[in-house]
Amino acid sequence: MSASHTPPIIEPGYTFASVSDKISSIILGRRTPRWWWLGLAVSISILMVFNLAVTYLLARGVGIWGINIPVGWGFAIINFVWWIGIGHAGTLISAILLLLRQKWRTSINRFAEAMTIFAVACAGAFPLLHMGRPWLFYWLMPYPNTMGTWPQFRSPLVWDVFAVSTYATVSLMFWFVGMVPDLATLRDRAKNRLAQVVYGFLAMGWRGSAVHWHRYETASLLLAGLATPLVVSVHTVVSFDFAIGIEAGWHATIFPPYFVAGAIYSGFAMVMTLSIPLRKLYQLEDFITMRHLDNMAKVMLATGLIVAYGYMMETFMAFYSGDTYEKFMILNRMTGPYRNFYWTLILCNVLLPQVLWLRRVRSSVPMLFVMSLVVNTGMWLERFIIVVTSLHRDFLPSSWGMYYPTRWDWATYLGTLGLFFTLMFLFLRFLPVIAIAEMRGLVPAGSGGKKE
Amino acid sequence: MAQIFHRSTNTVARVSIYGSLVALLALSFALYGLSASPYYTDVNQPKDQPVPFSHRHHAGELGIDCRYCHTSVEESSFAGVPPTQTCMTCHSQIWTNSAMLEPVRASYRSGRSLEWIRVNALPDFVYFNHSIHIHKGIGCTTCHGPIAEMPLTWKANTLQMSWCLGCHRAPEKFVRPRDQVFNPNYQPPADQAVLGAQLVKEYQIQSLTNCSTCHR
Repeated sequence: MSASHTPPIIEPGYTFASVSDKISSIILGRRTPRWWWLGLAVSISILMVFNLAVTYLLARGVGIWGINIPVGWGFAIINFVWWIGIGHAGTLISAILLLLRQKWRTSINRFAEAMTIFAVACAGAFPLLHMGRPWLFYWLMPYPNTMGTWPQFRSPLVWDVFAVSTYATVSLMFWFVGMVPDLATLRDRAKNRLAQVVYGFLAMGWRGSAVHWHRYETASLLLAGLATPLVVSVHTVVSFDFAIGIEAGWHATIFPPYFVAGAIYSGFAMVMTLSIPLRKLYQLEDFITMRHLDNMAKVMLATGLIVAYGYMMETFMAFYSGDTYEKFMILNRMTGPYRNFYWTLILCNVLLPQVLWLRRVRSSVPMLFVMSLVVNTGMWLERFIIVVTSLHRDFLPSSWGMYYPTRWDWATYLGTLGLFFTLMFLFLRFLPVIAIAEMRGLVPAGSGGKKE
Repeated sequence: MAQIFHRSTNTVARVSIYGSLVALLALSFALYGLSASPYYTDVNQPKDQPVPFSHRHHAGELGIDCRYCHTSVEESSFAGVPPTQTCMTCHSQIWTNSAMLEPVRASYRSGRSLEWIRVNALPDFVYFNHSIHIHKGIGCTTCHGPIAEMPLTWKANTLQMSWCLGCHRAPEKFVRPRDQVFNPNYQPPADQAVLGAQLVKEYQIQSLTNCSTCHR
């Protein structure tokens, strides 16, 4: 691809002031658009469904879900893995791409990080609710207690607690620290007293002095250094939830890399799903350019191929190992009662995304939007297949069974979408959706740059 | 442009950042203290009873054997709370006009049990059996404390899981010879380490710390 054909990462003609104007006016300037109210109303309605489902769950217990022996891990774990995977793209964009000095990350990192935090919030809800007695969640933490015991450190579920809580903390810190200069910009531009006080409080006395910037840069790099291993470690630990279990279809060494690739795959799909309407509705096409969409599509293609390799190796190893149970598991996946889910998964995650090889597809916004939804669906199905097909027919044929999600399973799952989008809409309205300070850094040199 | 915040806000910010750390630490210490206090654990809190029954008098001064009243302790999970008839074996002869004992006589006449206030209670999700502990050489006072010195009975130990595990993990520190199990004045010998290890072997005591040992 020659340089002349590469779209820039910021359209020409912007100055420091116009960048700040454009982004901060989303929050301070114009009237709240009607679509925002509509979107928030719909999201909050769905969030209320979530509240209802959780309230009923707390009153009645996890028996309202479709889980039972042999499938004790149903939607709760499927959705947990799906959401936590989605979060990974935000961390990859904000940490690894920062360390690799990938300038194109600048305009998407802020809302990708927000997406991470909201996705982790949704993910965290599921294991908590699956506990049955979520008010005793603190039993998962090692603290001196009257039971005289520690959590079972040999269990990957306990590793999960540390992985996810570390992930949530670091992501939140990273997001907030990165936002401080922008909050100061908003404080300085806000006209009404309340906005000044709130943004001023959050900006923590930022004055933009050289010392402040120096510390800011150092803190960002340190946090990026902390977050980088998390991109790999969190989903590795999530994959251990399965891989450590001696269950055909779970007990495989390929799980960690294959889960991490899948996480980034679904995460970029979600960033794409969010950024395409966002750039359209807020007229941010100059900042989130075709270059960004093209790059994200390429990341999806690459990680999608790794995931496809994972599926291939699972199948290969089932036969190569000669293990009866492994062979049965893979054949049951392909031809058993859940075969439609399996083949839809292959279609969504492996076959359809191959169109991303074509530049024509990568430069078509509607096509990319459709592909992002396809991949999101495919990655959800992947977790469904991993969780359900391995469990529903395992070693003991007498205890075989089927898993059917109940309406409460669906209400909880769709409800977290309500939670996610409610948080997302509030974020769009009240916080800078693109990093203003970093975007200003892109202005002088246009599509390239000498300064971060 | 006018300042949004007063100068003092800098101080307030610093104080609240460090202050909240201190407050958080103080709160955890306070919670820990509360959870270890008799207010929460009920340890060493004598309970008022319908009749002010004194273990110090009956078991200590008079030397009545524990099993005279707690008859099922050697055969059953439950030690047993004596029926009124047990009281009346003596109190039909002595202190027959005592006002203090009127509820006992009333209970005997009417056949309605005295409603003793429970002092030592385990939650229902814990399986506990008195007889096995007795037979393995765990004395009454190991768990119930200096019962021969209690005018009104109190809980001597927390009965929390960590306390149970303290013995289950190291039974040799607490085991005593079988003939001393019901002695309320037993004091462990100086060579408990030697004796304990020997008794653990002799009585074939296992250190049972599986969850399902108690949570069945």
